[in-house]
Amino acid sequence: MVLGSVPVKYRVTIDRDRCMECGRCIENCPYGTFRWEGDKITAVSRNCTACHRCIAMCPRDAIGLEERPVDYRSHPVWTVEAREAIFNQARTGRVILAGMGNAQPLPSIFDRLLLDACQVTNPSIDPLREPMELRTYIGKKPKRLEFSRTGAGDVELETKLTPNLMLETPIMIGHMSYGAISLNAQLALARAVHKTGTFMGTGEGGMHPNLYPYQDRLIVQVASGRFGVGIDYLERGAAIEIKIGQGAKPGIGGHLPGEKVCADVSCTRMIPLGSDAISPAPHHDIYSIEDLAQLVRSLKEATEWKKPVFVKIAAVHNAAAIAAGIARSGADAVVVDGFRGGTGAAPKVFRDHVGIPIEAAVSAVDAKLRDQGVRNEISVIASGGIRNSADVTKAIALGADAIYIGTAALVAMGCRVCGNCYRGLCPWGIATQRPDLVARLDPEKEAVHVANLIEAWTLEVSELMGAAGINAIESLRGNRDRLRGYMLDEGMLEVLDVLPAGA
Amino acid sequence: MCGIISVVDRSGAAMDGARIRDALAMMNERGSGEGAGYAVYGAYPEYAECYALHVFFDNIIETKAALDTLLETWGAIVHEEEIPTYEQPHLKKVHTPWRYFFRPDPSLMTGTPSPEEDIVTYLVMKVNTAIPGTLIYSSGKNIGVFKAAGWPEEVADFYRIQDYKGYIWLAHNRYPTNTRGWWGGAHPFNLLDWSVVHNGEITSYGTNRRYIESFGYKCTMFTDTEVVAYLVDLLARRHGLDEGLAVRALAPPFWDEIDGMPEREKNLYRAIRLTYGSAMMNGPFAIVVANRDGIVGFTDRIKLRPLVAAEEGDRLYISSEEAAIRRMAPELDRVWMPRAGEPVIGRVR
Repeated sequence: MVLGSVPVKYRVTIDRDRCMECGRCIENCPYGTFRWEGDKITAVSRNCTACHRCIAMCPRDAIGLEERPVDYRSHPVWTVEAREAIFNQARTGRVILAGMGNAQPLPSIFDRLLLDACQVTNPSIDPLREPMELRTYIGKKPKRLEFSRTGAGDVELETKLTPNLMLETPIMIGHMSYGAISLNAQLALARAVHKTGTFMGTGEGGMHPNLYPYQDRLIVQVASGRFGVGIDYLERGAAIEIKIGQGAKPGIGGHLPGEKVCADVSCTRMIPLGSDAISPAPHHDIYSIEDLAQLVRSLKEATEWKKPVFVKIAAVHNAAAIAAGIARSGADAVVVDGFRGGTGAAPKVFRDHVGIPIEAAVSAVDAKLRDQGVRNEISVIASGGIRNSADVTKAIALGADAIYIGTAALVAMGCRVCGNCYRGLCPWGIATQRPDLVARLDPEKEAVHVANLIEAWTLEVSELMGAAGINAIESLRGNRDRLRGYMLDEGMLEVLDVLPAGA
Repeated sequence: MCGIISVVDRSGAAMDGARIRDALAMMNERGSGEGAGYAVYGAYPEYAECYALHVFFDNIIETKAALDTLLETWGAIVHEEEIPTYEQPHLKKVHTPWRYFFRPDPSLMTGTPSPEEDIVTYLVMKVNTAIPGTLIYSSGKNIGVFKAAGWPEEVADFYRIQDYKGYIWLAHNRYPTNTRGWWGGAHPFNLLDWSVVHNGEITSYGTNRRYIESFGYKCTMFTDTEVVAYLVDLLARRHGLDEGLAVRALAPPFWDEIDGMPEREKNLYRAIRLTYGSAMMNGPFAIVVANRDGIVGFTDRIKLRPLVAAEEGDRLYISSEEAAIRRMAPELDRVWMPRAGEPVIGRVR
């Protein structure tokens, strides 16, 4: 077998009439797509990842980009991806890595769920003129309240509530670690959540001192590698999240290549400079719900029961039963991460083939927790492929209390979803630690963009709620009546507990 | 649309149904002739210790025997009879209304603090989901619900509401917009002592239904009002919230208001919203809920449906329209419009 190169994925062209040979494309492309040939710039299309940095930076709009100008013989079964994966693995004998979320052309369930709106008999509510409440509390709630009466006849609340996070919007930013993304990117996200009254996750990379001013809006993560975890770290967080699994790669651990472990990252993660940071697949002290319960309790004990503890799992077939176990482990919230969840790096086979869609998982988790009478006592956070405010609204109607966004927040900062995060060369200064690239991201400016996105989605969620005649997010949560399925099969409608359109 | 009216005599004196019939008919513009109904507390003094089960049978040949057997398994039928009805020219008789005076055997439901009530609740859910052609729509002690698909006067005359007497009356004139008009869908909705009349739509129904079903209730009537009766049963009977707090759970103050409250109150209302957020009702509504001790009326948080309250001596009236109240009592001591979400409570002394 002759293993030649595979055809180029993108064709980059330079319009000679427009190009003034300023060289900005060369400076901006860390993948080496452009180079001088004499006094002319030429493009090496093979290196292109379609990150769009050159196009965004070209002062003359001289650069063109087309996807796959050369193709294989078309075949319905032996797709281009299938054949190229074989070429690559035959050549290297290795696992194929991939960044960002699931890239399979699977239909989105969100897109086949339609929201409801009121007409005539039930007035829609105008959020510009009427109060619209999106405030959400994440944490444990009691099953019921106990009251007593004072001698004067006043009602006294006997039940003591456990600590909850108060969110002004149900949109949070999920865990993306320092290491996977740059400090500037983390700073921009932290400023954005501070501004919008919500929270973000630190990821498993510890907490850099530059983030301390924002620590009351940070959820610290305890993953299997325990990177950066110490009492100081736990105490700084507003909440603690135990990461069991991740939507992009259920059942496997994490891997930050040594090249991304610069001095600062090594310090923050508490690992040697330049060493690979490998999170094991399981937590080596958790092999059962009882073990998980012990860790939940230990973390609570360590932080004097002042902080909610979340447990994050990947959406898998048995997610509902696992979530019910988590609810009984004493955790305050369960995070369910769907198979479209993003990642810095995952084996492609996991990213594209393991896990289930968040829509089905949230619905099943909500149903199971209700069956067991504990839904009200634990919060459910949905994540993995939330692309717009409609997805947010639908996820909440399917049973989530709040959602995490990841890729969407990165896109707000400039990410073009080119899927090469694992190479550490992100031209936008997001998924990289190379100082010259990191410097391209202005935390102030990008914080505004991320905050704008959260605010815009929040406004849209309010509008959607108002249209459905709902003025508090509590009444949207788990409200399947406000959804109808379109072009979904009967089995899926049953899992979602949603009626078909027209019914 | 829909028109509601209710009255409680706080001294416990009985009123007959003649005037509430006229008052309800006053609001015929709020109905469409597809549903009307009445609930009366104190209706059956001679069987006050029995649960009065009102049942719609599609026919008594095929369905009644199954219910009889079930009731006899769980207790004793003290008396039973067809509810007397009087043919009306425009009202089509669809079901046979029947009533049982039933005494459950508490020894059969173990491990519960209120076995009799739990047996009756179980029977209502079981019959309404598992015995086709049979619907128990009223199940309290010494109270009765009378309802059908028709105009208020027709339904009243069909049952001869004028002949019943009680110290609390609830009445409802229905304009169905979401679900079809059928006998079971007419208001009042009842479970045990609780009866509910409702004008509006509950947009949070999907959330409320999933919440209440996780406590073992089953919604069978295809209409949003049903959950209100179960929510009140859960909050007031099972969780022990008083009327005021129960209403605050169902139609809570806005966060802005809660944030501005004194510390103790703030903690109380915050706890109610956090704990009972899924019981909170949304959408336009004006509701009156009754039990044997009194009535409570309230609207949604931005008052998208009208509600008027009035007093005349010992009597407290709550209705969609003042004109309807004045039809019952032309001279009133006090008339007021309750604020959004604010409960109006009339307790029997």
